[in-house]
Amino acid sequence: MTSTASVPTTEDGRRAGGAWNHQHVLDLDDFTVEEIESVLHLADRMREVLDRRIARMPALRGYTVVNLFYEPSTRTRVSFELAGKVLGADVISVTANTSSVVKGESLIDTVRTLRAMRADAIVMRHSIAGAPYLAATNTDASIINAGDGAHAHPTQALLDLYTIKSRLGSIAGKRVVMIGDISHSRVARSDMWGLAAMGAEVVLCGPPTLLPRGLRAQDRPPHAEAALPHVTIETDIDRAIEGADVVMALRLQSERQQGGLLPSIREYAQLYQVTEKRLAKAKPDHVLMHPGPKNEGIEIAGSVAAGQHSIIEEQVTNGVAIRMALLYLLSGRTDLPTDGEGRA
Amino acid sequence: MTTIAIHNGRVIDPALGQDGIADVVIVDGRIARVGPGEGDAVIEAERIDATGLVVSPGFVDLHTHLREPGFEGKETIRTGTEAGARGGYTTVCAMPNTMPPLDSRAAIESVLREVEVSAKIRVLPIGTITVGRLGKELSPQGELQASGVVALSDDGDAVADASLMRHALEYSTRFNLPVAQHCEDPSLVRDGQMHEGWVATRLGLRGRPASAEETMVARDIALAELVGAHLHICHVSTAGSVALIAAARERGARITAEVTPHHLTLTHEEVAFAEDYVHIGYNTNAKVNPPLREETDLEALANALRDGIIDAIATDHAPHGVNDKAIEFDLAAPGLTMLETAFGLSMRLVHEGKLSLPTLIERMTIGPVRTWRLDEIPGLQGLGTLAPGALGDVTILDPDAAWTVEPEAFASKGKNTPLDGKVLKGRVVATIASGRIVHETERMVAL
Amino acid sequence: MVNSAPILDTQAVRRTLRRLAHEIVEANQGVDDLVLLGIQRGGAAIAQRIANDIEEIEGTRPGVGSLDVTLHRDDLDRRHPTPQPSTLPDIDGKVVVLVDDVLMTGRTIRAALDALNDFGRPRIVRLAVLVDRGHRELPIRADIVGKNIPTAHEDNVRVLLQEEDGRDAVIVLPGRMES
Repeated sequence: MTSTASVPTTEDGRRAGGAWNHQHVLDLDDFTVEEIESVLHLADRMREVLDRRIARMPALRGYTVVNLFYEPSTRTRVSFELAGKVLGADVISVTANTSSVVKGESLIDTVRTLRAMRADAIVMRHSIAGAPYLAATNTDASIINAGDGAHAHPTQALLDLYTIKSRLGSIAGKRVVMIGDISHSRVARSDMWGLAAMGAEVVLCGPPTLLPRGLRAQDRPPHAEAALPHVTIETDIDRAIEGADVVMALRLQSERQQGGLLPSIREYAQLYQVTEKRLAKAKPDHVLMHPGPKNEGIEIAGSVAAGQHSIIEEQVTNGVAIRMALLYLLSGRTDLPTDGEGRA
Repeated sequence: MTTIAIHNGRVIDPALGQDGIADVVIVDGRIARVGPGEGDAVIEAERIDATGLVVSPGFVDLHTHLREPGFEGKETIRTGTEAGARGGYTTVCAMPNTMPPLDSRAAIESVLREVEVSAKIRVLPIGTITVGRLGKELSPQGELQASGVVALSDDGDAVADASLMRHALEYSTRFNLPVAQHCEDPSLVRDGQMHEGWVATRLGLRGRPASAEETMVARDIALAELVGAHLHICHVSTAGSVALIAAARERGARITAEVTPHHLTLTHEEVAFAEDYVHIGYNTNAKVNPPLREETDLEALANALRDGIIDAIATDHAPHGVNDKAIEFDLAAPGLTMLETAFGLSMRLVHEGKLSLPTLIERMTIGPVRTWRLDEIPGLQGLGTLAPGALGDVTILDPDAAWTVEPEAFASKGKNTPLDGKVLKGRVVATIASGRIVHETERMVAL
Repeated sequence: MVNSAPILDTQAVRRTLRRLAHEIVEANQGVDDLVLLGIQRGGAAIAQRIANDIEEIEGTRPGVGSLDVTLHRDDLDRRHPTPQPSTLPDIDGKVVVLVDDVLMTGRTIRAALDALNDFGRPRIVRLAVLVDRGHRELPIRADIVGKNIPTAHEDNVRVLLQEEDGRDAVIVLPGRMES
């Protein structure tokens, strides 16, 4: 927020995201409820913008966004590219290679180089947890975490929160069940933070070998009780889905079976696939979500993915709106360095 | 003829059961006399006024990585021993995970030649258990012992194959060499990056479970007992391991163990949390193998140290360059620089009432010496003590002096410490190795 | 808030709005194809009022909507206000009258003309404002003006409306304010 408060005139709107305090978007664990609400509110406006006949505005003209992806991704990359382009920003996508980091430029050097080229925001996806944090402490460009290892995927969580809120009206008190490979899921982790902050009841369900340690409150010392959000752990899918408002299926990667974590994909599908029969136990007006890309026949039945409860495609559209909202909020900081021409 | 007289300090010599105000006189590199007034009786000497300070035998480290040959960018024998001197160490045992590894007479002799030239304090070499540390073939233990190694270790890696480890232990009985194992089962740690627990879950990092260490501790204790060998467990880190070691010693098995200052005082929270539990970080300077564990483990380790189930504090000094640490967590090299902070960090246990100062000194002097029978080596009689005739290795300490850790000021090339900017209470004020002052914080010698 | 006498009091505001309604209808020779778009935030309520007046005068209500121009502004470097909703009826081929409370630099109107492109292609675009306070920075002119108020650049013109502020008035607050 600017330190020189200007008296609002009729040419000036209200200050955006009054609670926004972030230079980076690394994970939802350090977002206040007000900040999350402010992002969702702004995403509403952006969503409407996307539905215009011509959805192109100059709001972020002169703002440069670099997608720095160390891990391949088409959907998230395209979603960020579109989000930037709708708002008139310049978006450049760079595919980096973790192995080339060893031979070539370090992460810190890469990020500094991009900033020296006047990148304003760097959207980073990396296979190693914590990589965006390393970047954030070594540059004053805004770092947006587009997924770091098994740690976090905050923009996915925000679009999930937005989608739930716009479909169900509110998040507080809703029973949200996430089913799948929780231990390797950055989506589950970020969603867990966001949902718990907004007052939802969070249930994580999966086979014992795919559930991470320390998620039950009793698995951490009293002084660290608040260091992870409160969730319920369940290995039985029917008990988990009982009374659910939201059922979210997480993608199962085939490598899990090879790693000895599961006997077979077939057994996984038998015990944990989200099917119509199992969803009968959820609330009648439940919604079904999936962060994509989905493996129909493995974690989710095809009929369910295309069924009337599915809001999977809405998640995708909302993803662009959320990313637009974040770019808009991040670019509004007034403490960015100028290059002498007053361009913040 | 050089004589040093240390006046009026509190002399703590655990080996001789001494703890009281006395003078220490060193003549020609050896302890001459210890007792009240002995310093005054000497006519010509460099005199040190140790009033209000503690005088102890020089510290002995069973576990240091000097990185030379092969990784001189991280540390050299010169810089590592200089760091040791600042930390109060007068003897360090050098781990063999160098390049080339120390698995032959030629490699050992080349290290000893460099030690002769550039080491500031005594360096005792450790040989590998297996050729090249590859875990496939036994190293020539006889040849290594004849070259001067005091123990065997593949540290950095465990000897994973049980059968080979059994043979290594069995063979070692001929030479009475301690076999020092880094106990972490590779198939259980896989690509784990930190302790498997709730902090790893919070950070989204793969974990190294406590049982990866405990299964191998149990296995190797059984193997050592089977063949009657001396097994030494490096850097014990879990309560479960402590229980196994205690039970084995109770049975009379020849099991010894060491613990590091960081495993005694820092938990896995060090990796993630600096100020609060809201903001996380990925502190690669807290990345070490075996990893920092939980409060309950620290408690068990401190009790074991106090009760003598663990005989020695060893630093596992592991210097790394910035390029090895200022990178993504998974890619960062494990290990901390520790020689210069070992005493100050270990003193936390004394200040918290968990350990007495004499016991701490015992675990840093005669404890390590007896663990590996170092004083049975020709020329090293009396090592770890201030007995008359013993080597003139003396460390002068201020147990209450507060100081701030500044890695940039370290003598070690390794600045990789999680203690940057932290205040430690307990400082090494001077170090005398073989009768020469190798470190002093301010000019100690008064005329 | 400084207690100064309003430039326009409640009565004056209502009469002025009524006159604007008449002028808009006169220029269009009726209500056909007429769409009033209030520019968020100051113009939205005014557009509704004028539409009410037109309905009283002509017996037919013109199309009414609101247009948010935040994302089309050219001064977002410094300020990032929250966009407001835009709700528009169909504007293709229509006579769109942009309605705003205060016209000053003209930048808001320029942004509004750009924003209109997102929604369709009007036949004609006109501009009606309650207050024109001068200090144009772009070649923009209002077709229909309620009142011309000469001001110093650093003055602040506030339009208060019953719907939001409990009364109708136009006041000028003199003094040093950051623009």
